[in-house]
Amino acid sequence: MKNILIIGATSAIAEAVARKLAARGDRFYLLARNSERLAAIAADLAVRGAGDVEMSTFDAHDAESHAAALEKAHMWLGTIESALIAYGTLGDQKESERNAEIALNEMQTNAISTISLLTRLANIMASQGHGTIAVISSVAGDRGRASNYVYGSAKAAVTAFCEGLRARLHKKGVHVLTVKPGIVDTPMTEGVDVPEILKAEPDTVARDIVRAMDRKQDTIYTPWYWKYIMIGIVHLPESVFKKITL
Amino acid sequence: MKMHGWGKYPVIDAEVSAPSTLAQLRGILQAGEDRDLTPRGLGRSYGDSSLGEHMISTRRLNHLISFDSDSGVLHCEAGVSLSDILEVFVPLGWFLPVTPGTRFVTAGGAVASDVHGKNHHLEGCFCEHVVFLDVMPDADLLVRCSADDHAALFHATCGGMGLTGMIVSVAIRLKKIRSAFIDEVICKARNLEESLNLFSVHAPDTYSVAWVDCLAKGSSLGRSLLMTGEHARNGPLERSMQGMLGMPVDMPSLFLNPLSVRVFNTLYYHCIRGNSLGRRVHYSRFFYPLDRLADWNRIYGKSGFIQYQFMVPESAGHEAMAAIMKTIVASGKGSFLAVLKAFGEGNGNLLSFPRRGFTLALDFRIEHALFPLLERLDAMVLDYGGRLYLTKDARMSGSTFRQSYPLWEAFQKIREAFGARRRFTSLQSHRLGLDE
Repeated sequence: MKNILIIGATSAIAEAVARKLAARGDRFYLLARNSERLAAIAADLAVRGAGDVEMSTFDAHDAESHAAALEKAHMWLGTIESALIAYGTLGDQKESERNAEIALNEMQTNAISTISLLTRLANIMASQGHGTIAVISSVAGDRGRASNYVYGSAKAAVTAFCEGLRARLHKKGVHVLTVKPGIVDTPMTEGVDVPEILKAEPDTVARDIVRAMDRKQDTIYTPWYWKYIMIGIVHLPESVFKKITL
Repeated sequence: MKMHGWGKYPVIDAEVSAPSTLAQLRGILQAGEDRDLTPRGLGRSYGDSSLGEHMISTRRLNHLISFDSDSGVLHCEAGVSLSDILEVFVPLGWFLPVTPGTRFVTAGGAVASDVHGKNHHLEGCFCEHVVFLDVMPDADLLVRCSADDHAALFHATCGGMGLTGMIVSVAIRLKKIRSAFIDEVICKARNLEESLNLFSVHAPDTYSVAWVDCLAKGSSLGRSLLMTGEHARNGPLERSMQGMLGMPVDMPSLFLNPLSVRVFNTLYYHCIRGNSLGRRVHYSRFFYPLDRLADWNRIYGKSGFIQYQFMVPESAGHEAMAAIMKTIVASGKGSFLAVLKAFGEGNGNLLSFPRRGFTLALDFRIEHALFPLLERLDAMVLDYGGRLYLTKDARMSGSTFRQSYPLWEAFQKIREAFGARRRFTSLQSHRLGLDE
């Protein structure tokens, strides 16, 4: 029985992870913006066997609220055995290109706010001396692509941040897991036009995340084949890469 | 996007929305004032029952709401699958009161089809174990209905193929079990008469179904393997860790010619030696042998297939089933998935399929000589006072439907009363003349 903190609890992947952990009788503190959906998820987890579920509305964009939100969560849970950061937006690349404000807003959501939360959370967990922080980054962070580099660069920042954090926290007994999903079939990717076979189910990704958390893996690609796809993409010479439409 | 039912026939282009909350669902109903809407669960109906130009999928309305461990009543959103329910509740000692041949249907879908299972002769249909439903016939109308409250809407929605409104949540009474295993007995029946009689002999058994060799002719016509089962009184409550064998590509339809099907059937039939065989199997093997082959519908190739399921009433006697089976066998278009079952008493749901008698379900690969054969079969079924199962139907005529489901007019009145008649439709309801 563990104490789990989930930020972005209404996201499809987070919900799928929570359902798996609920079956173990874990206790949950859930943070998300939409209280109606949070309530439905909390009730669902309870029926599935969760020890106890508490929820609170939270908007990652509101930087002032981060300290208090995490404080409340920590108090309610007692200790935080696992924390999952699972919120994000895909954004509109074209809009971000046209308008710097919009681009910055995307960076705020996907990188800056995450860094703020991770900084605070890292300190809480470091003083605990144990625990796992799992962060959902993306394969998009492995290389900037013309079609989604605003999202991609935010995720690249998160990936590098987590790498450093992993090394720092290792000495404190805290583990950091970087999750890099490919394209997952969720409301976020609703408009993304990609062959069905490339869209993974949230449940599959959740299974990989839970396994990686249990085994204290460092970085995972989910589904597994994205690791190999990205090796290919990352190693294409820039002179070639800049010419192709990806 | 391209959408179709389990038989991959027909295939249409449709707009599909998948609301995550009731508020979003309401928004869709409000925005689509003039549009026909079609509810969609997991798409396991075979034909066009869940097809329409504007479909509303319940896949994100998939939360469990509450469970009462004293009464066994589970309240859940309509998009929760029966598979999900089993995953959570079998380890806790609870089972579905009625389950169809696949667990990949939603609770809403199970209600809309008023599904039946191997225990119909004793325990009836799914909706007979539903305590209440929440239905949304219109954006501003959310009705909790049951056998005691808004009973008319309840009896229309149960088996109502989604045509009375969006089923939003379902409360089902689960049944207590002591083990995840089933004590199964398999008996050989040498012909149809023996098959049908065996159902009477085994009437006290909770679960019974027969797999029929639809290619056997003459004195072997209707030979079958009857499988009966009871929940084991003791044993572990594990859920199965069944791997799924996927069918990644569509099989060429030539593979399913009479010769290869014949070989399959003979092999399947002769694998049981002696007259009966008893063993203990996990519930997933007893109830869902086809689910093991994920996407088994691909075996029929790109042209898709038609599943034909009909029932003939007890009053028509064994001759009814014999005559229809002879016609099917004589055509040589047999499938290797023919299932025979004895039905118990029907219920009061207006469009519910089962009535006391026998039902046969089989597949046909689509080829052009098929449709005239099915028309002939329809005529025979009607003659004997029987009917076809709407959930499997892809081509029945409006006239056949109206003759065999006499309560259709009462159904329409209720649909009209709740304002659902011109809002919730499907390709099937158009075809059957329910949207005029």
